[in-house]
Amino acid sequence: MTRAEWTDRRVEIIVGNLLRAGVILSALVVLAGGIVFLVRHGMEPANYRVFRGEPSELRHVRGIFRGIVALHSRAVIQLGLLLLIATPIARVALALFGFAEEKDRMYMTFTGMVLIILLYSLLGSA
Amino acid sequence: MNNLEFSLLVGLCSLVAGFLGALTGLGGGVVLVPLLTVFFHVDIRYAIGASLVSVIATSSGAAAAYIKEGFTNIRIGMFLEIATTLGALLGAYVALMVPTPAIAVIFGAVLLYSAYLSGRPQPVVPVDDHPDPLATRLRMNGTYPSLDGPRSYYVHRVPTGFSLMFGAGALSGLLGIGSGAVKVLAMDQAMKIPFKVSTTTSNLMIGVTAAASAGVYMRRGYVDPTLAMPVMLGVLAGSLVGTRVLARTRTRWLRLVFSVVIVLLGLEMLYKGIGGTI
Repeated sequence: MTRAEWTDRRVEIIVGNLLRAGVILSALVVLAGGIVFLVRHGMEPANYRVFRGEPSELRHVRGIFRGIVALHSRAVIQLGLLLLIATPIARVALALFGFAEEKDRMYMTFTGMVLIILLYSLLGSA
Repeated sequence: MNNLEFSLLVGLCSLVAGFLGALTGLGGGVVLVPLLTVFFHVDIRYAIGASLVSVIATSSGAAAAYIKEGFTNIRIGMFLEIATTLGALLGAYVALMVPTPAIAVIFGAVLLYSAYLSGRPQPVVPVDDHPDPLATRLRMNGTYPSLDGPRSYYVHRVPTGFSLMFGAGALSGLLGIGSGAVKVLAMDQAMKIPFKVSTTTSNLMIGVTAAASAGVYMRRGYVDPTLAMPVMLGVLAGSLVGTRVLARTRTRWLRLVFSVVIVLLGLEMLYKGIGGTI
């Protein structure tokens, strides 16, 4: 194996562990928030028929953290989902470091593009 | 139905969907949205938000195991992710503007098409041993482990693959599915990447693609935490068990049953979409 291949392989294994950790962590957070939600509101009627859109507390990173400080179970679940969305983004960020270590300019550019698109999607102003 | 009954029932259905999706290789995401809208009367926008989130979970959960086997090609994946994430952003923004019956119709058509793809015998792609200049410049050619040591392969028709991937990303963002079928089609048939490399690399890309549209959906208030909770946990658990069982079962019969379910759900989505009752 060449040095580049070896680095590729090592980065891939770190990426695999990162993905697994991200999924387990977010599933645990979602589960914890879900249990609290069902204990508090389990007997209330469920209705998802009508689309209302989530309140701004559950739409943005800052709102979600405000909800958690207020101990809202829905905000805790949303944090878990946010962690889940962040997991592939962290994977791309890690790949950027891998390509930087190989001094692979071309793939640093490609990875940077993907990262910008992902961050725009999650944090963009619109 | 109260919240507790609803969560348990949705969680159980998602578990079965995730299990069958992993076992048949068709993915659980594709049946989730019709299941939630047709049987649980969930608004399709909430259903798509919940499905997208669970697609990220299954893709990332399975990726860890695939990466260890050494078939994934990180360069092919990263380059094509430029196309899928741009497509996913476009799909998500289109979904915000298109009326829901139109989304249901497109969904129905995609379900029927994926059932057709899975029912059709896999065409054999001839091996092409001539390196393609563009793929070589992009350093996409690689090797994969085989019984006689690492075997090298060459990637072809990069522009065609890239465009197909843009389409796959747009479908994923519009409908909240992984669109693994289109991704494998692009990589297997257009780019002539070996089957195991394309399926595992495509799985890795599904999470990144879904994350690109999930961000838009969350910011627009389409991701309902209490609906996504049972869906995501159920699909994740089901798919993890499904991947374990996969090695020990013959899936032909199951694929057939699952394809019939997909066709029926597809027809129902078309019917509801055209009738405007969704």
